[in-house]
Amino acid sequence: MASKAFQKIYTQLHAITKATVKLYAKGVTNDELATVDGRLAQVVKINRDLITLQIFGGTDGIPTNSEVIFLGEPPQINVSEDIAGRFFNAFGDPIDGGPVVEGETRYIGGPSVNPYRREQPSELIPTGIAGIDLNNTLVSGQKIPFFADPDQPYNQVMAQVALRADVDKIILGGMGLTNDDYLYYRNVFENAGALNKIISFVNTTEQPPVERLLIPDMALTAAEYFAVDKNEKVLVLLTDMTLYADALSIVSNRMDQIPSKDSMPGSLYSDLAKIYEKAVQLPDGGSITIIAVTTLSGGDITHAIPDNTGYITEGQLFLRTDSDTGKVIVDPFRSLSRLKQLVIGKKTREDHNHVMNAAVRLYADAANARTKLENGFDLSDYDERCLEYAIDYSNELLAIDVNIDITQMLDTAWELFAKHFTKTEVSIKEEITEKYWKDSNS
Amino acid sequence: MKTTGIVTGIISNLVTIEVDGPVSQNEICFIDLGGTKLMAEVIKVTGKEAFVQVYESTRGLRAGDKAEFYGHMLEVDLGPGILSSIYDGLQNNLKTMEGVFLTRGEYTAALDSEKKWEFTPIAKAGDQVIAADWLGEVKEGWLPHKIMVPFTFEGSYQVKSVAEAGEYTVEETIAVLINEAKEELNVTMKQKWPIKIPILNYKNKPRPFRVMETRVRVIDTFNPIAEGGTGFIPGPFGSGKTVLQHAISKQAEADVIIFAACGERANEVVEIFTEFPKLVDARSGRMLMERTSIICNTSNMPVAAREASVYTAMTIGEYYRSMGLKVLLLADSTSRWAQALREMSNRMEELPGADGFPMDLPAVISGFYARAGIVNLNNGETGSVTFIGTVSPAGGNLKEPVTESTKKVARCFFALSQNRADMKRYPAVDPVDSYSKYLEYPEIIEDLEKKIGKNWVDKIGVGKNIVLRGKEAYEQINILGDDGVPLEYHERFWKSELIDFVILQQDAFDSIDANSPMERQSYMYNLVLDICDKSFEFDGFEECGNFYKKLINILRQMNYTEFESTEFNKYLEQLNNEINNGK
Repeated sequence: MASKAFQKIYTQLHAITKATVKLYAKGVTNDELATVDGRLAQVVKINRDLITLQIFGGTDGIPTNSEVIFLGEPPQINVSEDIAGRFFNAFGDPIDGGPVVEGETRYIGGPSVNPYRREQPSELIPTGIAGIDLNNTLVSGQKIPFFADPDQPYNQVMAQVALRADVDKIILGGMGLTNDDYLYYRNVFENAGALNKIISFVNTTEQPPVERLLIPDMALTAAEYFAVDKNEKVLVLLTDMTLYADALSIVSNRMDQIPSKDSMPGSLYSDLAKIYEKAVQLPDGGSITIIAVTTLSGGDITHAIPDNTGYITEGQLFLRTDSDTGKVIVDPFRSLSRLKQLVIGKKTREDHNHVMNAAVRLYADAANARTKLENGFDLSDYDERCLEYAIDYSNELLAIDVNIDITQMLDTAWELFAKHFTKTEVSIKEEITEKYWKDSNS
Repeated sequence: MKTTGIVTGIISNLVTIEVDGPVSQNEICFIDLGGTKLMAEVIKVTGKEAFVQVYESTRGLRAGDKAEFYGHMLEVDLGPGILSSIYDGLQNNLKTMEGVFLTRGEYTAALDSEKKWEFTPIAKAGDQVIAADWLGEVKEGWLPHKIMVPFTFEGSYQVKSVAEAGEYTVEETIAVLINEAKEELNVTMKQKWPIKIPILNYKNKPRPFRVMETRVRVIDTFNPIAEGGTGFIPGPFGSGKTVLQHAISKQAEADVIIFAACGERANEVVEIFTEFPKLVDARSGRMLMERTSIICNTSNMPVAAREASVYTAMTIGEYYRSMGLKVLLLADSTSRWAQALREMSNRMEELPGADGFPMDLPAVISGFYARAGIVNLNNGETGSVTFIGTVSPAGGNLKEPVTESTKKVARCFFALSQNRADMKRYPAVDPVDSYSKYLEYPEIIEDLEKKIGKNWVDKIGVGKNIVLRGKEAYEQINILGDDGVPLEYHERFWKSELIDFVILQQDAFDSIDANSPMERQSYMYNLVLDICDKSFEFDGFEECGNFYKKLINILRQMNYTEFESTEFNKYLEQLNNEINNGK
């Protein structure tokens, strides 16, 4: 983003805060970019000739006589097939040592899809993880976050989901990734030989936090290029949206806005919705599916960030370490995919819905049995069998290291039913039970 | 002469404009951004500076850009063609917009100006009329759509002529009226009305005096809503607000449904677009979409238009009410509307009230709910707007400003409980916390007893009490263990489970169970209460539980079968056998 020949240069700053500067300038447009002492900045407020610029890199060391050049354009990105396989920073500049991408220039954060032109999502996205495919099936055009505590391996799970998902392009938007996690993703993608369908926009913790505000829009503008122009199925991974929201609150704080709940800006809902609602099933076959990570503090989902997210997204996935098996599982009780009904039993085997419900119900009975045990009440034979089943269920299906297709998941579930229960206890519609019941030999 | 102005300041979608003439609060202006006109509304004026909220993205706008004021507030077009349309919050027709993406500055007409409507006159030359009197009628779908004297006409008028029966567009003159100053005024089938002003052209607004059937048992049987009444559904995410609202919209005993999707998920609206055109209205046998209008301002659409969307919906509702129709207005979710108010208040740097919401939030909410109601029209007919809004309380905590302000004005409270949702007991309406104030209205009690039977309201109280006592018994059982409480506690608990499973829970995805008319509801409720009245002998709590489980299973099968069909009666016989065996 070099300066052009006839641009006017300003050299007198009027005010400096930690994230913004003010100066007098004429003819400036809202949202346009500028450079301040070489650092990229964006117009966030205009009051006659007094312009407020938000400097993405922070204002450390900015002198009052900085050179300010207005670029006349909002943030943009070059899109073409060539961006596949590349790594970019928050400004869309390559960070993988490769050449600058030639292509069509697009403004990021573009308009929304007309709701009337959307299609109802109906294509299943298999991930191989039973906790997702069996219990909380993902559908193309869906938006869903992982709600996870910082100590849980959500980045690993995301990488796994990305590589197994049957999609044309995967776009990673990394916000506040540690350098280690960034290198982990890079390594995993390279080793899988899948680089040619992956595009990454990364802001690490080594870079200024305000920069990450650009990441989701960069990633989603690239996603729209592939989904709208090329009719491709695109999966967008956003991690970690909590750190994105934190950056929002930093900026709103510096601009003296009145904070609402949990010191988040009052516009948090709209800000998050603008990102998540980019998930779409388009009429011509293209789609954007968003899987995000929202880290929680001590599992608290009433905090403003997960709370607002829950109202926007189509369900949520919880990771939990199962104390019986020591494995990380997708929690079947608290996780929910709101769109699963659109594909379950329609795009999958007819017994899917029944098996899913029965398996979770029996797992709930196991949880009740455990409570009884903890409270010192006697366990019945049924309770004992439930507890045994729970261990098998989490080992063979819920654990995130399981990688099988949905038909195998259903067969596994039937095997577990037969191993631990009678047909009446499983209580699935008779004609289905007769067809799929696996006589157990053990 | 039109007032014009120059942009002096921009923060996101709040723009300040220095004006050269008079402006009024809520006046509409258009800002010229390189040839694209951005619509905006005045929300505050200080000296020569007007603060406007822009209904579009302000990207690329600069200080010095010109604005033109239009001298009127945000208005909607009222006329035939509103039903089965899909609008955004400003009443732009989303179906006629081009391209996959919404284009900034593209505004589309709400009504088709070329479509011909089959007009039948009602008034005749020489009649004296006032605003909202019916001049004629067209068929909109299967509904009689009245063409009225425009609401803005003050005083009384003499009808000079009314068009003959025939086909006309909404632009053609269908009547000529003469005012008191002897001037002739042409009336078309289309009129305009500012959305923030209630339409008050009716004789009076009595207290709601009859119930409106929604065919959702937990509402009709336990907490009935009155025609022209108000209710709200608060609940944390995942508790089934949207499914419940969709169920109500499909089955309610209303002529017209206006659905305002206000700041919610686009895929949910797509579900309505996809489903409704396939659904048949159980009462009229016509397509559901023909009586429905959707105002859709999803969460990613401009926030100022979201604020307007609920008013647009209400104005359309009031318009159909003036035709003597029963309108049901649903808004999902009013919290998003309140958040839009908060965002603007925040940008204007107003001193905030609780949780950063504007101080006048309670007043704004109560002013809005007050626009609902049943009214007596000047010609003796009645029309009504029944309003049900959802509230999405932050963190599921009902002690937050939007829920509290709404609770003060809405007469029905359908509280969705996380606990019930977790147990998959849908609809997750909490039977103990929810209420309907209409059960205290003598008019409503009379209406219920006339329609359903003597002592109905007392029976509701009996059922609620059984549920409450069952809940208490359950807590005791949990603390003391199954053996630690008298058998009677188990009976109490199971009686409440009987009501819960058979009456309160309802499968919104089963075509028969979802659609339960009042006659059927009262039959089932009486059946269940009769069982609760009986006393049985049990040898221990396990037998008690098993007995009631059996009854619940049979009664649920009854819910799933056609009312009074052979199969239904077969289950009834089974039920009676079980009851007799239990004695």
